[in-house]
Amino acid sequence: MKQLVVVSGKGGTSKTVVTASFAALAGNAVLADVDVDASNLHLLLRPEVLERHEFVGGSKARVEARGCTACGRCRPVCRFDAVSEDGDGIARVDPLACEGCGLCARVCPASAILMEPCVSGEWFVSRTRFGPFVHARLGVAQENSGKLVTEVRKKAREIGEREGRAFLLMDGAPGIGCPVIASLAGTDLALIVTEPTPSGVHDLERIAGLARHFKVRAACAVNKFDINPGNSERIEAWSAGQGIPVVGKIPFDEAVLGSVARGVPLVEASEGPAARGVRRLWDRVREHLA
Amino acid sequence: MPAEPTVAVASGKGGTGKTTVAVNLALALSAGRPIQFLDCDVEGPNSRFFLKPRIEASEEVAILVPEIDDSRCDRCGICARVCAYNALAVVPQAVLVFSELCHGCGACALLCPRRAIREVPKRIGVVESGRAGAIRFLQGRLDVGQAISPPLIKAVKEKRDPDLTAVIDAPPGTSCPAVESMRGSDFALLVTEPTPFGLHDLELAAGAAEALGLPRGILINRADGGDGDARIRAFAAGENVPVLAAIPFDRRIAEAYSRGDTLLGLDPGWSAKFQALYEAIRAEIP
Repeated sequence: MKQLVVVSGKGGTSKTVVTASFAALAGNAVLADVDVDASNLHLLLRPEVLERHEFVGGSKARVEARGCTACGRCRPVCRFDAVSEDGDGIARVDPLACEGCGLCARVCPASAILMEPCVSGEWFVSRTRFGPFVHARLGVAQENSGKLVTEVRKKAREIGEREGRAFLLMDGAPGIGCPVIASLAGTDLALIVTEPTPSGVHDLERIAGLARHFKVRAACAVNKFDINPGNSERIEAWSAGQGIPVVGKIPFDEAVLGSVARGVPLVEASEGPAARGVRRLWDRVREHLA
Repeated sequence: MPAEPTVAVASGKGGTGKTTVAVNLALALSAGRPIQFLDCDVEGPNSRFFLKPRIEASEEVAILVPEIDDSRCDRCGICARVCAYNALAVVPQAVLVFSELCHGCGACALLCPRRAIREVPKRIGVVESGRAGAIRFLQGRLDVGQAISPPLIKAVKEKRDPDLTAVIDAPPGTSCPAVESMRGSDFALLVTEPTPFGLHDLELAAGAAEALGLPRGILINRADGGDGDARIRAFAAGENVPVLAAIPFDRRIAEAYSRGDTLLGLDPGWSAKFQALYEAIRAEIP
């Protein structure tokens, strides 16, 4: 089974539109949404949820006010500014700032701080018209999204191998931080979807650097390439110099928004220029995965 | 109301126009007085392509990670047990440090009974400061390959001057980096687009801002007056969050963005609209 992750650096470059179309075109894939922070692929794949699991990403400190002796030892050891004291010196923890390291609980001489497992999201195994689909929903303002990404990938791989699927197609998160690193490591190909804007060019360079750092092969697609042909040429020249093949160019096309509004993959909703661009892109990506 | 508020421009979904809104809001406000701009999207700081600041200073930001003194370490294993992030492993001959997993909490060094762990700085990125006209510009840039951005975002925010109005360009998402960027602001301006993706992620971002106790307002970007706009307005009404402004869907705006041009550059009329947006924001801050 070949693993593809669609990433971008910059957000809003149509990763999800591309991934959903690939799901429709591949026919024999297992699908995963590894943008657990703001997942959208389910809005196009319309899954029927079969299994629902809680995700415990870590733990958070909680002070038992009755046991606290106001000794003041916990506050200074917290590197995340999560511990404060009320007027009587009784400690309290801001759960949004706590990173769960547990140091406050360990230094508390009265054992008044408890580390409690924190359900920070949910993940799902679903059925779609295009194949099995593993996705997740990170709770609002929760952390450990990298760990949840790893969880989703593991389950998707398991299902794909059991069912003999040819591809694992993953819709990635924007950025270059922890969830993106968790989705990139060990994949066969990272398809970077960019756009011909200064931000798109800059973020392409960052995400390409990240792929190189983790020794993952990368290819690039330029979305809305005709909105600024000069920048598109710059992207192609830069990519060629880096040994990153440009495997597709997708024109600006209002049919893309229409397909998202209808909640179906672009290649099913339209025969227009963007849909044709995405079909050609999948053919090239498949060659690169072979 | 704080004399000089901080407005965080956020969104769950990427690419909805956070940077466009933050940059043009800052430009409109800077016509009358000095203001600050903080680019906290440290994984992809892009506001500089539009504000074109002159960078005057750059400072490295580091977190503290453990270094083992092998002459003192007896491989008792306490450090690995207390590490909540699996950043330390004890093997028969050594203690291994996986610094990319380390959050810099300091537990291992503090709790090592033989004082065999020293904390050493590990660079994660830089904070750069400069000027763009009357705008004092700050941005963080995460080094490629580093996983943990909140300490860098904190470092950008620590440089904020409380005597100036500030606009923060926050990263997408709703987890640690987005939360850290919004924390301590006076207002969250949530930028969305009239698609099912935009609405879905707006719900998440609105929840994150609410968890932080921030007053909120919505800006609809690429508005087309259709069903998508109506759905966002219905959500906003249900949540009792005001829709403060809209930017129409217009290919000319997308092309201007692709050249690094601003809305104010495209049409000076936008200046008054962004100033009106700011007045509407101020009216929402208790």
